[in-house]
Amino acid sequence: MTPDLLEEGARRLAARQQKQQAGHTESGGRSAAFSRVMTAGEVDVTHGRILYLEDVSVSFDGFKAINKLSLDIAPGELRCIIGPNGAGKTTMMDIITGKTRPDAGSVFFGSTIDLLRHTEPEIAQLGIGRKFQKPTVFEQLTVFENLELALKTHKGVKAAMFFRLDSVQADRLAEVLHTIHLAASVARQAGNLSHGQKQWLEIGMLLMQDPKLLLLDEPVAGMTDEETARTAELFLSLKGKHSLLVVEHDMSFIRSISEIVTVLCDGSVLAQGTLDQVQADERVIEVYLGR
Amino acid sequence: MTTNRTNPTVQAELVEALASTSTGSVRTAILLPARAPLLSGKGWSAFIIALIAICALAPVLNLLVPKENLFHMSDYAVALSGRIMCYAICALAMDLIWGYTGILSLGHGVFFALGGYVMGMYLMRQIGTDGNYKSDLPDFMVFLDWKSLPWHWSFSDSFGATLFLIVAVPALVAFVFGYFAFRSRIRGVYFSIITQAMTFAAMLLFFRNETGLGGNNGFTDFKRILGLPIATQQTRMTLFVLTGLTLLGCFLLARWLVGSKFGRVLQAIRDAETRVMFSGYSPLGYKLTIWTLSAVMCGVAGALYVPQVGIINPGEMSPANSIEIAIWTAVGGRATLIGPIVGAIAVNGAKSWLTVAYPEFWLYFLGALFIVVTLFLPDGVVGLVKKLKRGST
Repeated sequence: MTPDLLEEGARRLAARQQKQQAGHTESGGRSAAFSRVMTAGEVDVTHGRILYLEDVSVSFDGFKAINKLSLDIAPGELRCIIGPNGAGKTTMMDIITGKTRPDAGSVFFGSTIDLLRHTEPEIAQLGIGRKFQKPTVFEQLTVFENLELALKTHKGVKAAMFFRLDSVQADRLAEVLHTIHLAASVARQAGNLSHGQKQWLEIGMLLMQDPKLLLLDEPVAGMTDEETARTAELFLSLKGKHSLLVVEHDMSFIRSISEIVTVLCDGSVLAQGTLDQVQADERVIEVYLGR
Repeated sequence: MTTNRTNPTVQAELVEALASTSTGSVRTAILLPARAPLLSGKGWSAFIIALIAICALAPVLNLLVPKENLFHMSDYAVALSGRIMCYAICALAMDLIWGYTGILSLGHGVFFALGGYVMGMYLMRQIGTDGNYKSDLPDFMVFLDWKSLPWHWSFSDSFGATLFLIVAVPALVAFVFGYFAFRSRIRGVYFSIITQAMTFAAMLLFFRNETGLGGNNGFTDFKRILGLPIATQQTRMTLFVLTGLTLLGCFLLARWLVGSKFGRVLQAIRDAETRVMFSGYSPLGYKLTIWTLSAVMCGVAGALYVPQVGIINPGEMSPANSIEIAIWTAVGGRATLIGPIVGAIAVNGAKSWLTVAYPEFWLYFLGALFIVVTLFLPDGVVGLVKKLKRGST
């Protein structure tokens, strides 16, 4: 190839990227005007919200785990959720990911996708990734195979039988391996990793899925201070391109990453604001410390 | 995290990050494991040896070497090893669904018997008018005073249709059963119990004369297959070779499946099904595919079994038979493809010797074997061998 062709190509690539980057504004790069083109299965964030929960309630055997919970997340936001045990944090994630069906209320992904009408795999395909409280990786498979399975691609039976990792996907996998600091353990069995490494591997699997919204349930539990700091760094770098919803108990971790903190209690939102604001809130102190 | 791969600044950061790692350059830092071949070099040699033994050695030793010679392979040995190879196919099928996907089926005997019955129907029609009653209908129908063939015997005259049905009938039954069971998310021991119930129900159904499949006597007294007499040494040898080739074929197919991403998804379903779902896979399709394939393999094994032993009856569907398949797999070693084959050969070899030498002890032996394997050999014989090898090096 001649140098001028290379330059031309580089110029076009830059122009194209500029165009794509414009899409990362809060309104998805489009104006909320009449007559927009709707694509089925595509998240519509023109109204500035990627996730809406409205008046969601669910009860188990009479116990109200979630009680008229309303919450919304903006595209690119990093939201922290705190709350005492039994506040309904994990149940809320179950509802968003389709594991639990609420008794009442509505849950929307963007403005158009009703999550209550989709199954767990469909919701994952739509672009919501979830990390469990207890690190859940495929213990018998290697780190490499774990990441390969999570890769965003066709997930049907036939596609899986004839799947071959192409070079773009391999590069991506290598990048994620570096991001999660497991490049040296690529061929190790996931079951032999340390607890913190499993947490990282699970986060890596989420990254391979390339979700628009990440739900992270206690991502730094069992991590060393250094690992926790690296996780905070990672989440801050994800912010903007992805929306994150983090449930954590570790206040110093939350302080290092949070903008807005939502406090859940008894299945509904108790307070919302910056960490300092909510920590100064009388009701929050009462809930956490008791009387 | 660098989702936007082509972004130059991000890429620069990445390169920097890689350069700062102790491993050095980008190329050496990222060493993704290579794709494993279908079989290793050693594996292929063993495979070729098995192929030669089945297709050339056994026929020569049985048909050409005279009876007095030390190296002669007796007809009994041919019949026994042919039968054991059918069992090995079943064990392999069980390994795919139990060892790799974690779904313990205690009803695989049904699929084995269904394949056997389809083949049996064809063999019954091949008898023609040579039966005891000299009628065109099978003997048991004459005995029951039936005047014409029931509807489900319509295709039993055609060998082509029979071959198709050997695959289609177990596949259909498995698909329908599996669809409802997996869609309802029935797992673990509950699934095992309903498969056990299924095989018992099927046995009761086939015991009835009204089912039109010979009642408790089943089918026997076969005379011909494809117009050739069935009991000759040559026909038996042909069936033996066909069974061996099917076993080797099934092994390669299973090997390919397990080595593909499909196989890894199956193992992932076994280890953490919710994670699989939240990774965007719908387990239903995967479970249904491997379940149906496993049933078809059992059906084919049954169809090869019936002409070799010369009888099929509802006893093949008894719950104990299905449990035995699981024992072969467990003894050999779950989630290793060679294990179930070894297990089927070892247990059935022991069975054929013990039931002759000490007939009253066989069931005790089977029970003890199961306990020993469960307690001390969770990975079966193959797992033990691997452990010993690792220990010695």
